[in-house]
Amino acid sequence: MADQPYFEIVQVGDKFTPLEKHPTTRQLVKYAGVSGDFYEIHYDLEFARSTGLDGLIIHGALKNAFLAQAVTDWMGPTGKLKKISAQYRGMDVPGDTLTIHGEVTEKWSVDGENLVRCALRLESGKGEQTTTGEAVVSLPSQ
Amino acid sequence: MTQDSLITPAMQQALGSVVATEVADVERGAIRRFAEAIEDPNPLYVDESAAHASGYRDVIAPPTFFRSLRTATPSMPDEAKAPRLLDGGSAWEYFEPVCAGDHITLVTTVESLTERAGRLGKMLFIVYTTEYSNQDGRPVAVQRNTIIRY
Repeated sequence: MADQPYFEIVQVGDKFTPLEKHPTTRQLVKYAGVSGDFYEIHYDLEFARSTGLDGLIIHGALKNAFLAQAVTDWMGPTGKLKKISAQYRGMDVPGDTLTIHGEVTEKWSVDGENLVRCALRLESGKGEQTTTGEAVVSLPSQ
Repeated sequence: MTQDSLITPAMQQALGSVVATEVADVERGAIRRFAEAIEDPNPLYVDESAAHASGYRDVIAPPTFFRSLRTATPSMPDEAKAPRLLDGGSAWEYFEPVCAGDHITLVTTVESLTERAGRLGKMLFIVYTTEYSNQDGRPVAVQRNTIIRY
């Protein structure tokens, strides 16, 4: 986890250290177990193909968790996540390397709270932008 | 609405209504297993002293942990007309931290229903809103989740 970023230091245009994730079919099974999402497209190849998919796909909500990890790593131990969104624009497959990028797009203060907006995107190993999102984080003041 | 629309009168009826109410305890072990499954080593999810150092009363739930509190994907009347589903995305807002030991109530309503043509044929976009509140009755989070059925 990175050092604690402070509101005064953070600037629009600052980028997160990219987060790399290496989801496997095993991770999808683990995620199915903890999330309760046992839809077979995530671990049963024959079933996935019967629904018109090319193969197994990663749970969208797991990609949402990856975006959230990128933000919570960046915001440090006393930053607070206020909002996060994820739109699944393309499907991702186990065995690929996914990279999550984040960039500060806005900073403002309201009611004594120091807020920062970040644009998020997840790229597949081929460089396709398969998930986009946004987060709002409250950062401590120096 | 055309005759072969995926949206049935029963679905229209469900718009705005509560489709699921559940209660769940936030267990320390469940947080740890969730963090392991998403492979997020953040100490705030597993180490009580790290959580205390950040001002939390106990280990906290990861941002998307709340997905694990429900027992099933929310359902709709006549959904067998479009039996396959994909998750389109989620938008979350957080109001206060959720820690191990909290008791959460989830209330899910159908916010909108739209039909569009997509790569996999006719698709139904359902937006479910789930409000999460804690044992003191205070809202802790809300999730707007788009489910695509086809």
